[in-house]
Order: sequence, then C-alpha cells, then structure tokens
Amino acid sequence: MEQSRVQFRHSIVVRFSGDSGDGMQLAGNIFSNVSAGVGDQISTFPDYPAEVRAPQGSLNGVSGFQVHIGHGVHTPGDECDVLVAMNPAALKQHSRFLHRGGVAIVDIDTFRPADLAKAEYTTDDPYTEIGLKAQVVEVPMTSMVKAALEGTGMDLKSVLKCRNMFALGLVCWLFNMPLESAIHFLKNKFANKPAVFEANERVVRGGYDYGHNIHATVSTYRIETDDVRPGTYTDVSGNTATAWGLIMASEKSGLPLFLGSYPITPATDILHELAKRRDLGVKACQMEDEIGGICAAIGASFSGALAVTSTSGPGLSLKSEAMGLAVMAELPLVVIDVQRGGPSTGLPTKTEQTDLQQALYGRSGECPLVVMAALSPTDCFSSAFEAARIAVEHMTPVILLTDAFIANGSSAWRIPDDDEYPVIRPNRVPQDKVSTWHAYDRDERGVRYWAVPSTPGLQHRVGGLEKDYSTGALSNNPENHEQMVRARAAKIERVADDIAPLEVGGDVNADTIVVGWGGTYGHINTAVEQLCAAGTPVAMAQFRHIFPLPRNTREVLSRYKRVIVAELNSGQMARYLLSLMPELPVRQLNKIQGQPFLVQELTEGITGIINREQQ
Amino acid sequence: MENQVNTTKFEAKDYKSDQVVRWCPGCGDHAVLNVLHKAMAEVGTAPENIAVISGIGCSSRLPYYMNTYAFHTIHGRGGAVATGVKTSRPDLTVWQVAGDGDCLAIGGNHFIHEVRRNVDLNLLLLNNKIYGLTKGQYSPTSARGFVSKSSPYGTTEDPFVPAELVFGARGTFFARSIDVELTVSREVMIAAVAHKGCSVVEVLQNCMIFNNGIHNHVTDRATRAERTIHLVHGEKMLFGKDGERGLVQDGFGLKAVVLGEDGYTIDDVLVHDARCESNFLHQQLAMMDGTDLPLAIGVIRDVEAPTYETEVAAQVADVRAKHGYGSLREMILAGETWQVK
Repeated sequence: MEQSRVQFRHSIVVRFSGDSGDGMQLAGNIFSNVSAGVGDQISTFPDYPAEVRAPQGSLNGVSGFQVHIGHGVHTPGDECDVLVAMNPAALKQHSRFLHRGGVAIVDIDTFRPADLAKAEYTTDDPYTEIGLKAQVVEVPMTSMVKAALEGTGMDLKSVLKCRNMFALGLVCWLFNMPLESAIHFLKNKFANKPAVFEANERVVRGGYDYGHNIHATVSTYRIETDDVRPGTYTDVSGNTATAWGLIMASEKSGLPLFLGSYPITPATDILHELAKRRDLGVKACQMEDEIGGICAAIGASFSGALAVTSTSGPGLSLKSEAMGLAVMAELPLVVIDVQRGGPSTGLPTKTEQTDLQQALYGRSGECPLVVMAALSPTDCFSSAFEAARIAVEHMTPVILLTDAFIANGSSAWRIPDDDEYPVIRPNRVPQDKVSTWHAYDRDERGVRYWAVPSTPGLQHRVGGLEKDYSTGALSNNPENHEQMVRARAAKIERVADDIAPLEVGGDVNADTIVVGWGGTYGHINTAVEQLCAAGTPVAMAQFRHIFPLPRNTREVLSRYKRVIVAELNSGQMARYLLSLMPELPVRQLNKIQGQPFLVQELTEGITGIINREQQ
Repeated sequence: MENQVNTTKFEAKDYKSDQVVRWCPGCGDHAVLNVLHKAMAEVGTAPENIAVISGIGCSSRLPYYMNTYAFHTIHGRGGAVATGVKTSRPDLTVWQVAGDGDCLAIGGNHFIHEVRRNVDLNLLLLNNKIYGLTKGQYSPTSARGFVSKSSPYGTTEDPFVPAELVFGARGTFFARSIDVELTVSREVMIAAVAHKGCSVVEVLQNCMIFNNGIHNHVTDRATRAERTIHLVHGEKMLFGKDGERGLVQDGFGLKAVVLGEDGYTIDDVLVHDARCESNFLHQQLAMMDGTDLPLAIGVIRDVEAPTYETEVAAQVADVRAKHGYGSLREMILAGETWQVK
C-alpha cells in the first residue's frame, strides 16, 4: 500500500466516459455543479456520439463528459487527470485524453472477455494493448451497485442505470467534494420520483464510501477555491446563455420575444430553453422546416416582435433566401448559427468554425448584414443581447455565430444585475414624421424606421422587390437600385460606430499577435498566458464583431510584425482580413478535425511560426 | 380582432393603396382585388389592423395594392411569414395571397402545415393552373398531359386538387369561387374572415396571356348554371338555370339528377351542411369538377376547432399564471445558484 499523496493543483480535469445510455452527462453535470458550489470555476465539454444509442459496449456508443474545475479555468481542458471508464470501449476510446500519470478508474465488472471482444480488443490485457500509461483503479462498480440496491426490489436494468452515481460518489470523494451537495442536486432532479432518488442516493454514498475505503491507493487532489467577482452565480451552457441573452434583450427593448425554429444539432437546446420560457411570455414556435422557422420570425418582426431564428450550418444554408428578404425589407432579425463540422451533415455533434464565409457572403445579390461571434459559454449571453440590440436599433438581420463547443460547454456565470445591460431603443417613426413618412425613409444614420401594424396612418408595403429610395414604391430605375444597394451597405458599415473597439490582451508590446474569433477564445487566451509566462511574449485579440469589424482593427493589427490567425477551419478569417487589409502580415494556424484546439497545439503552433521566422 | 366594432365606416377605397395596379388587362386578379377591397369594407376592420402577406407570383403582387400593412415576401413562404405575423400578433386580421405554384409547389410544405395548425388567417389561393410570372410553365394544378413551355410534349404527372390537400391536412375551412363570380367571391371572403382558423379560399382565375380559357367549361355563361353549383349551408343542393337539378346521395357517392325525372323529388336532394365535423361529404363535393358533376362554389366546409395562435397565447397566459416569473433574473435566481462573497 502506498501512502496517499495530496497534490495541490490550480485545476483538475475529470472525464466521465461510458455508453451513451450510462448517464455520463448527468454524473458530469452534477459534479460540475457541486464543484461550482464550493467556489470553483468550471468549464465542461460533453463529447457524445452522433448515434443516440449505438450497440451497448461498442466503440461507437461511447459518450463522454469532461469537467474542468479550479481557478484560471477558461476551457474544459485538453487532457484529463482522471478518466472514469464504465466499460472497455470507453477506456479504449477516451484513454487518449488521459495524460501520462493520470488516473483511470474502470468498472472491472465490465471487463469480461465478451465485453473486451465487443470493444474490439484482441488480447486479454486491455491496458497494455492500448498503451495505457496511467494509474488504473479497478473498481467492481456493477457488483457494488447491485449490492447497494439489494432488497429494493428494483429490476436489473434499473439497478445498472445507477452505476453513474457510483462513479460520481467516487469522484466526489477523490476531490473532496461535499457529498451532501451532490445528494441535494439528486433530490431536486428526482423530486417527483422518491424511489429513484433513494436508490441513487444509496449508490452515490456507496461510491463515496468505497473511495474512502481505498484511500490509500490513489492520488488525491484538493482544489483551491479561486477568487472571483462577488455575486450570485449559476452554471450555464452556451445555448442556454444564448436563450437568456435574447430574453434580456426582450426585457430591455420592451418587445415580445418570438423564436421560429426547427430542431437541428447542436442548436436545438436554444429552442428547448425558449420553449420552456413561456413562463416569461416567450413565444417559441417549432416550425415545419428551417425556412419556415426564419420566415415565421420575419413575419413576427414585421408585426413588431423581437424575432429570432436558431439553427446550425446546414440550416443556415436553407435560410439564405429569407435572410436576403430581411435585408431587403430592412427588418430586425437575429439568426443564431451554432456551427458544427461540415459541409452537409458533416460532423453534427462536433465543433468547427467553418460557417464564417457562409455568414458573410452566402446570399444572392449585394446582401450585407451584421456578423458576430460569441467567445465563450457565458459570453453567449452578452453576445446574444448585443446581436438583438444591433438588430433592433439598426434595423438589420444579425447573424450570431456560436459553435458546438461553447454551445454545449458550460461555465459558472455571475447573474447580471438589471442595470448592467442598456435599454434597447426600437427605431420608431418619430411623431413629427408620421404624416409624411414613406416606408424606406432613413434617419441620420441611414436606418429605416420600424412602423408596427395597428399604428394608424403608417400602413405600408415592404417586400423583396427593389424600392424607390424616396417614396418606397416599387422601382426598376437603374440609378435608384445602385443608390439603394449603397444605402443598405452604408447602414451596416455604420454599425461599426456603435460597437466596442478591438481589445488587445497578452503582452501588447510583443511583435506577434495571435488573432482568433468566437469560441476559440478560452484556448487562445490560455495558450497566450502560458507563452507569456514561459518567456515568449505574444499579444492576442479575439474578434466578437466580424462584420463590420471594430473601427480600430487596422490600427491594432498593423502594429505587429506577425498576425497569427488561429481558427478551426482552413483560414476563412485570415482570408477575410486579408481581403480588407492586404498589407497585413498574416500567418495561419488551422485545425479542421471537429475538435477544439488543444492549448498545447496552440502554444506549439505559435512558437513554431515565430521560431521558423526568426531563424 | 376580426369583427371588432368600428365606429368609423370604411369604404372600399380606404383599403386601396396609391400604387398603379400592374396586372395584364383582363387578368382575373383585378376582379379578386376589387372584391377584396369591398369585402374588407363590409367587414369593417380598420386598415391598420390588417396585414396582407404574399409570396411570389402574379397574384402575390396584390399586397402592393392594399392600404393595409402588407408584405410581399419570397416564393412559397407567404404561409410561414403569415403564421409568424398571426402568432406574434393574434389581434391582427391576416390575409395571405398565393398562386397555385407559390402555394402548392414551392410552398406546399408551409401550406399544409398552416392548414394543419389551423392558424387563423384567410388564404386566397388564386388558381390559374399556370406559372404566369415566369411566362407559361405548367403548375401543380395543371392536368396530366398539359402542354406548356416546360412540358412541350405534355405533362406526365397528375395534378393536385387544392381541396384534397386542405382536407388531407385536416383543414377546417374550404371555400371556392371563380374570378367572374363576384357575388360568390364576396360571400366566401366574408365567410373566411368570420371563420376562426385557416380559411382557404380557392378562386379559379383566368390568365389571359398564358392559359386563357382554362376554366371555360365552368365559366361559359351558356353552361355555367349546369356546370356549377353554389352551395349554401342549410340549403338544398340545387343547380341549373331554374334550380331544376339537384345532388342526391348515390351509394358512397353523389349523383346529379333532374327533379321530376327518374322519380327524384326535392325531398331526395341533399341539404348542405358545411359544419359537419366529418369531411367525407365535403371532400366529395369539393372534388366535383364540372364534368359529370357540377363544380362546387361557395363555402364547402366551415367547422370550429382551436386556432394555433390562440392556443399559443392561452398557453403562455396559463403557464405565466401558474408559475410565471416577473423577469429573467427572477427566473434564474429560482434555479440552482450560489453566492461568491
């Protein structure tokens, strides 16, 4: 027996891994909630298969949930410190995420020859076969769960469903997490099913006690509580934060919130959340298809609502023509695109940043609209609010790009006070203009006014056909068309007067700046922090506003000898920046694997570029 | 509100915009537009409380000629846009205007779903069995073998009958008129407004340029009385110049008879029941095409059912009353939270 070691670490990464039916997401979620409750920062990443239920024990059916807790936590972590593998397939699929010297906790009861065969092992020594370099903790979870629930009269299937709670109890013990807090979450979760709660409670205690009893054989980590801004916190996923940001915009604008949507992975949770929010007066409508979703939203916008449609890449393609209509009719509209691996059906559950060009250019005609990207799960709230604010105040569709990684990932989030977000002012027809108003009249910013049905005297007609600049009547006049094309473009360009300037982080005086956009923020930030700490000074800038760009973009980027654009595609942002600023010394750092960057990939990639050029 | 009481009396001109109507001379759409203006005045809803939505096609230009809130959208999507308007603003009277191509080809999905949802709107389906704006291609209502620019050897497909789609989608209202039947058009438009739910009004309409005379078998003055039947709820199904003909039940089908011949009397003639829950007979009536049996015009089906936008609004109100929150912040604070001091 070894003595127990207590390792003080800034943060810890745990990955729960099992069959998609094993309840890994629930175990991971409760663990992250419990961690957050003791003051840790958290970041989570569900890694689930495309198949809802692949054959049990098969490699395709492995589902994971990674939780990063501690302080200085910006990402769910590259590698995990502890891997909980509920079967041999999970161990085989996810051991590559476990760092050398980490701990693999396996349910040894599931390592029978037949199980090994199902997971396509060819020898009877699974650890050696997959080259596992970790402490393995073999736990007879299945039999202990059975024992814990003996005499309850539960059937075997229900008993086995509780295995995730055994794993949770064990991990709570490992990280010194208050078990009562986990039980509290369970109690809420199964409030209407007392028998299920009781069974789960027994098992989670069993797991905790088991951990206690084998204390001597594993490394124990204790997590320090981090200093964070005082306030009330909750745990929020990117998709939920997006939905909430829109609700906040509805409250701040006084406009009812309307969502027209159609289910699509990984965006559907936005529809789920807003459908629940009838308790806040939200009208979320599941339409017959993607086009129906955006068209219903455009109808709602025409009738005076804060209108939103949510989708992922292929759905955005289907909505292109309708976005053109919203541009032409100059109506406010928020289009959320939770990017996933593409093209076509691609990698529906995986993350990618490959819709940037589609968002910028994917419409017929000269069709400019505002394009933004959210930076993190919690930033989805602010970005969704900002997208709605710009849409309403500038009478334009806004595409907000998020991605599977930040949409499904979650973080602790300080609930904002009511006065932290500004009032949103719809661009109504001013009283003194009512008698002379035409549908396409513009204010001093070039923005059309929003006349809402039931306002007497403001009946008007909008539509996809080109209109006369002055009268709003149909017009085929060649010069008028050019004037209108330029007016629509100028309106969007002027949004740049109303957005935050680009901020520079890291070592601002370095000669290299790393540029990213959207959901890669956490990884790039961590990589830049590490590089600076290790003596390689680099600056960083993360774009939230992509079209139009912040006014100071050129001024900022031109200060650097090297502009390394890091993105999860083949270089869409790099090409976009070069198209506007061909003089920029752009270098590319790309990954197109349906996975987020690893911090290490970034630090190595960045130093690689710098070193190459310094030789 | 559809029938809100207006102290102001409106006239047809109050619903007319100042735009020049640009349909071809002699197009059946002119008649429909004029009747619509009059029907709106008769219903008396203020112009600012009406939204007229269309897709793309000749008939979809109609919103430009309305002095209401009006939106000319994109091909086939009028139904989805109108659904959004009505769901967001149940207080508005919503009209949708579509052609047979717009509504039944590119917009077929939105059409069946707005009917299925029973969104309370009035849908004018102007059926000329041709694509006019793109200059003469066959449409989903063109007969098998129809020769057009895109079917020079005749089509090799069967058409939709709009009524069948409406009944297949469990529609609650279907009426039909012909562009030249101004009185019936007015009557069915007013009935469409009165009906709470998705009111589909098919108007057989003539395209002078690309499909002239396509409905002649039912519009010829000489034979119209024999080839059409004006159905009125609660009245005998009689037709012919002097009402000498009637429809009787014949096994599972219908038969046209002449009163006094073959022993048939007025007592054998069916009484129209537009409000019958079952759509079995409605469908039989709607499928009559003016050949063996007369084409039915008037309100064929008009039954009550919950409307989508009302149910959405009621559910919002109900959820809010039972466990609603005053604000987003209040809702979030009611969930799992923790304090950091």
